[in-house]
Amino acid sequence: MSKDDQILEEFTSSEYKYGFETTIDTDSAPKGLNEDIIRFISAKKNEPEWMLEWRLNAFRKWKTMKEPKWPNVSYPEIDYQDIIYYSAPKQKASPSSLDEVDPELRETFKKLGISLEEQKRLTGVAVDAVMDSVSVATTFKDKLAELGIIFCSFSEAVQNHPELVKKYMGSVVPINDNFFAALNSAVFSDGSFCYIPKGVRCPMELSTYFRINAANTGQFERTLIIAEEGSYVSYLEGCTAPMRDENQLHAAIVEIYAEKDAEVKYSTVQNWYPGNKDGVGGIYNFVTKRGLCNGSGSKISWTQVETGSAITWKYPSCILKGDNSVGEFYSVAVTNNMQQADTGTKMIHIGKNTKSRIVSKGVSAGKSQNSYRGLVQIMPRAVNARNFSQCDSLLMGDKCGAHTFPYIETGNKSAQIEHEATTSKIGEDQIFYCNQRGIDTEDAVALIVNGYCKEVLNQLPMEFAVEAQKLLALTLEGSVG
Amino acid sequence: MLKVENLKASVEGKSILNGIDLTVNAGEVHAIMGPNGSGKSTLASILAGRESYEVTDGSITFLNQDLLELAPEERAREGLFLAFQYPVEIPGVTTTNFLKTAVNQIREHRGQEALDAVTFLKLIKEKMKLVKIDDSLLSRSLNDGFSGGEKKRNEIFQMAVLEPKLAILDETDSGLDIDALKVVANGVNSLRNKDNAVVVVTHYQRLLDYIVPDFVHVLYNGKIVKSGDKDLALKLEAKGYDWIRENAELAT
Repeated sequence: MSKDDQILEEFTSSEYKYGFETTIDTDSAPKGLNEDIIRFISAKKNEPEWMLEWRLNAFRKWKTMKEPKWPNVSYPEIDYQDIIYYSAPKQKASPSSLDEVDPELRETFKKLGISLEEQKRLTGVAVDAVMDSVSVATTFKDKLAELGIIFCSFSEAVQNHPELVKKYMGSVVPINDNFFAALNSAVFSDGSFCYIPKGVRCPMELSTYFRINAANTGQFERTLIIAEEGSYVSYLEGCTAPMRDENQLHAAIVEIYAEKDAEVKYSTVQNWYPGNKDGVGGIYNFVTKRGLCNGSGSKISWTQVETGSAITWKYPSCILKGDNSVGEFYSVAVTNNMQQADTGTKMIHIGKNTKSRIVSKGVSAGKSQNSYRGLVQIMPRAVNARNFSQCDSLLMGDKCGAHTFPYIETGNKSAQIEHEATTSKIGEDQIFYCNQRGIDTEDAVALIVNGYCKEVLNQLPMEFAVEAQKLLALTLEGSVG
Repeated sequence: MLKVENLKASVEGKSILNGIDLTVNAGEVHAIMGPNGSGKSTLASILAGRESYEVTDGSITFLNQDLLELAPEERAREGLFLAFQYPVEIPGVTTTNFLKTAVNQIREHRGQEALDAVTFLKLIKEKMKLVKIDDSLLSRSLNDGFSGGEKKRNEIFQMAVLEPKLAILDETDSGLDIDALKVVANGVNSLRNKDNAVVVVTHYQRLLDYIVPDFVHVLYNGKIVKSGDKDLALKLEAKGYDWIRENAELAT
């Protein structure tokens, strides 16, 4: 109850409130992409030879690949030679404590509502903050280390845990998986790394906060989460960027590897700058997220609230390889003005008795286009596989579009697959009813949309749920009336 | 409190109200009766501010303000309440949450502070008794899957919480069995006082056995053709609307 009040209070006339830019010295590569740039990035990060080889291999694969054209989105051709592939806030190579982090940077994260100092004092959430391409600070590292949990930036993992990185990086999303994954594998600059040892239940939410700051820069981070047998972790990801007139590319990879009986919950609240209301500027969010339920009885659950970005192209997926493993996908995708989203999931059932559940709620307003695209695939040896999918679309106004592309492929007759889909409009009757009780139209819309998305929002950890509800209200501001 | 003068209204070019005059003072209960299609619900909707009707002539004054100039939410905040004939379902939003939003927006309008969760829950508990509404109903999605009776009781419950100055009950009795009808009527009666007023729009007399009106008006073809006290309602019940029809046609 108090959650909704908070949104209503904060539901002011502000536009994109994370649109500020931090003036900070950056260390950047020249524009463009070639093997020298990749060597530059690798050298900057002081990487071992195997890492450079991996990148170069990915780059060579990428050069032979083509940008996917099948998503239901349109945008001008991207000139990959006109992007800066590496930009890092200038600071000491790797700060050993928060005190060594540039005060400007700390201020930036404070503005975003993430005070690194406070995070350190209060218990609750451990944060890895990534600005432009580099991980700025990771909190709670020591406390987690006592349990054997590794939570650090990807670069640190490359230096300190090369055996784990070598073993798991690319095992869920191979370098040639798709065009953007290959690009990321070649040029990724940092990201987060998380390892939960056997039998350990991570006592706090782990969180990565991504921020694009520098202009003309692409952000390419990758996250790798490894959950050993019987372990549990809940992971959160948040993203924002300054308002700019040009489009910026964000091509990230998230890989999750779950062993026997392990459980990983991954929640995203994506609020990259969506561009202005005429569609100028905004982030191209082209992301590959995939989890492998490798062991029997393992479970991976994706929850996403997508409100930002000019274009979103992402399909957080689960490969259910272990018998009795479970995959879940809960999604709210909101598009307003000129935003375009093509998002959904893939559930690949390989093991016996595997189960998956998909709940997708699309909300389209303005002149936006919102597509759900999902694949449920039952492989021949996946006896007794079960899937339940529910795809709902809510339309506001008559200039937006909602589309559903469900693909189902079954190779085993014992599979049970259910698919439900609805399309509805926010009724004038509903709004009038709220009005008649004294609630104005914008608040009525926020109330109705939050109600519609409740099943998904309930999956989010508490602090995130509040944030997400506020975001929904802000994104839809001015969409009626 | 409410003064309607020569109100004419149409929907999609078809004229529905043909010159209504009605004055409601604080402390009074008015019943508006009439056959189907006479314009009863249209009148209720126009008072609440539903957009699909076009007012072509006349005026409405509510608490010394031009009601037609106010947006629906402003009318509500000024103390006008409509119990809907067909309450709307809002999935995923609990009745409690919905009402808290409403109460606090109304309080804000009046320059009062928002109620905190504890005070609000106390208020809710107190009002629940009035309409014998169940706890579980309040934590369910608003009207979602409610029975007809539950929806109507929920309307009266909302009225109890919002404490309007003028409450309009649009066919609140339709679809209620006799026990539910008594519960609803008791709720309304216990909220009556010298400072507020109630307009009961109904097709049948039976609700008026429990909510006794000071005035009864009969609406026919978009006009009030007869006004009287509660006995008029009894007469209508005995003689049917044909009697009114004949009288009205004779008059023209």
